[in-house]
Amino acid sequence: MLARRWESLILVLLVAVCVWAALGVDGFANTSNVSFLLLDTTEIALMALSMTFVVVAAEIDLSVASTLGLSCAVLGWLWNAGLSIEAIMPICLMVGTLCGAVNGLLVTRLGLPSLAVTIGTFALYRGLAYVILGDQAVADLPAAYTTPATQPLIPLVLVAALGVGAAVLLHATGVGRAVFAIGANQEAAFFAGIRVKRIKFWLFVASGAMAALASLILTFRYASARADNGVGLELAVVAAVLLGGVSIFGGRGSLPGVLMAVLLLGVVRNALILADVANEVLNFVTGLLLVASVLVPNLGALWRRRSTSQQEVP
Amino acid sequence: MDAVLALAEASKSFGAVRALREVSLRLVAGEAHALAGENGAGKSTLVKILSGVHRPDNGRILLDGAPVDFGRPADAQQAGVAVIYQEPTLFPDLSIVENIFMGRQPRTRFGRIDRTAMSEQARRLFARLGVHLDPEQAARGLSIADQQLVEIAKALSRDARVLIMDEPTAALSGNEVARLFGVVNALREQGCAVLFISHRLDEIFELCQRVTTLRDGTLVAEHLIADITPDDLVRRMVGRDLDALYPKQDSAPGEIALEVHRLTREGVFTDVSFQVRRGEIVALAGLVGAGRTEVVRTVFGIDRQDAGWVEVGGRRLRPASPTAAMAAGLALVPEDRRQQGLVMDLSIERNVALTGLADVRRGPLISRAAEHARARDWAVRLRLKFARLSDPVGVLSGGNQQKVVLAKWLARKPSVLIVDEPTRGIDVGTKAEVHRLLSELAVSGVAVLMVSSELPEVLGMADRVLVMHEGRLVAELPRDEATEESVMSAATGRTAA
Repeated sequence: MLARRWESLILVLLVAVCVWAALGVDGFANTSNVSFLLLDTTEIALMALSMTFVVVAAEIDLSVASTLGLSCAVLGWLWNAGLSIEAIMPICLMVGTLCGAVNGLLVTRLGLPSLAVTIGTFALYRGLAYVILGDQAVADLPAAYTTPATQPLIPLVLVAALGVGAAVLLHATGVGRAVFAIGANQEAAFFAGIRVKRIKFWLFVASGAMAALASLILTFRYASARADNGVGLELAVVAAVLLGGVSIFGGRGSLPGVLMAVLLLGVVRNALILADVANEVLNFVTGLLLVASVLVPNLGALWRRRSTSQQEVP
Repeated sequence: MDAVLALAEASKSFGAVRALREVSLRLVAGEAHALAGENGAGKSTLVKILSGVHRPDNGRILLDGAPVDFGRPADAQQAGVAVIYQEPTLFPDLSIVENIFMGRQPRTRFGRIDRTAMSEQARRLFARLGVHLDPEQAARGLSIADQQLVEIAKALSRDARVLIMDEPTAALSGNEVARLFGVVNALREQGCAVLFISHRLDEIFELCQRVTTLRDGTLVAEHLIADITPDDLVRRMVGRDLDALYPKQDSAPGEIALEVHRLTREGVFTDVSFQVRRGEIVALAGLVGAGRTEVVRTVFGIDRQDAGWVEVGGRRLRPASPTAAMAAGLALVPEDRRQQGLVMDLSIERNVALTGLADVRRGPLISRAAEHARARDWAVRLRLKFARLSDPVGVLSGGNQQKVVLAKWLARKPSVLIVDEPTRGIDVGTKAEVHRLLSELAVSGVAVLMVSSELPEVLGMADRVLVMHEGRLVAELPRDEATEESVMSAATGRTAA
């Protein structure tokens, strides 16, 4: 029930912000800006898809942007070494998958909290990216890839196809049911015969693979492979997931809500840039939306806890 | 003689449960007083009132005859009441002496902690207790028994006059118990009042001078130990009438459905072997902490055994895999309904579907119709009271929640059904329904293994009773030999099998 109402709220906000930007911000409502705006949310959208599963399962992956950076660095390094792009792309996807598998193993086999693990690998993967590529930018990538990446068609089709696939997987299959059960009560899920560790492992693997996929699009879009590609994107991804109505405590959320939130954040960001708002203010707004999206759904619960705390703690 | 600490007609309720009803108790200097009773008789509640954890709803606490109010555990400590628990809570990285004086370290003139004085005082405390422990040793690595002695020394350093010991011997060996009793006797002779709780009757008779028996939250009797025999005491602890709550039907046991062979989990249970046949209800009885729940958890694959194996229908199970256990036809209705049995935030139908996600599919997708039908089918058969199957299961009453747990497992048509405390915390009407259901399942050929702490339920339902004591299976009683006395005797370790 709450989830439905939250989704509707995000939809209303999205429409309102679009209307406001179209009327009040110069240069918002034209084809080239809208297609740029959509393109600019591709990487966040891709990573938000897998992040939704991870957060619904009551875990988190803060290493996605670093995984993306590592994959970009590998791409640039191998291109410099003379490999073809067709050979490099599967290698990049494998690197991302491996990054996810390392996170997954540390969380499920060693039982470490994913927050700590992925803060660690957040630094580790980004550091590795710099070790591999240093501070150079590899820019002489083939136009056969960089040109279509600046057109909205292919990225949009990719996001739409994967988005529908992910939504069906989460909301209409046994795996999705199991992910919700794990997030709501891991112990009860285990007692019901659900393979909690195995499922969590694959969620982290998927998260790493999606980050690598996003890295390919980002690299081609900017025609530049750098170790610092996508710095800070994990914040935008987590913000979109939480703003989309996924509970930070797990067990609740919906994929359509997350995709709408990705768009909402993209529109707000784009409109503010067009309105000449400084970059620092943009980060401030993203942070504000993130805090608000955690705070607002829990306000009721927090209020109740405050008013009853006297009885609960003797 | 005047009581150091007394409870006068104290009552305590938790919600609708009346844990303690007008219980009075007097602890006298120089006397060890035992508190006896079954699981759930109210012993722990009484201890928590005397130690300031709970405040009684009615009645008073008297210290040296004057009413006092223990609002917090610190108030009770201040008044000289010390509690020693089964599992001591020391800071493992601090030394023994630092643990003893935590928060009350003696200071030098310059305000620094006076280590010399601290060590000296600790040595004097241990001398008084007659034990040899190095005060500078770290608490980590001490045996439970030694940790308890440190706790006692801590209590003495606060000038405790009342020592409450809540099952202190549960984790101790014979020699350690003897040493602990030596210390307690010494303290008693020095004028301490002792309240001692133990499930081991022989210990009560060895250590104490007086015993108070609780049953269902009320005081049954108070005796001088000299005036009562162990058998009398058991009778007073359990003395209830078996009512007609248990509609047990006779069924003919068939072939062996579940065989547990020398199952061992180190430090938890040892060498447990038994069989359950189709059509049979076997109860696993024993006191809380005897290892019953741990055995069934391991049988179902929640925990991994160190030795031994489980066979279902003649096939050995892969260890530590609930998925494998379920595939073999096992089902477990766990002890903790809210945490293990159900996902409270999910709907009734999704909870029921959780054990059979492969059964409610059409192609690769979940069929909501199949999911709904599965839940509806079992809701009707179990007479579940609900508004909508899409409601969160958390809104149901305890008894109805338990029916949902049963539904989610019965929908799998298990050949072996394990139920752990199947009627804990549910109303009498639903309880009878659950009992009827278990009986019908057995008649239909299901092998039922039931863990229960309620003796009437055990005696009323079981074809055979297995009794566990301290991690071992100590008795196997056929229905006609299982009585409250025989089960309790075995459960308290008074007979060896």
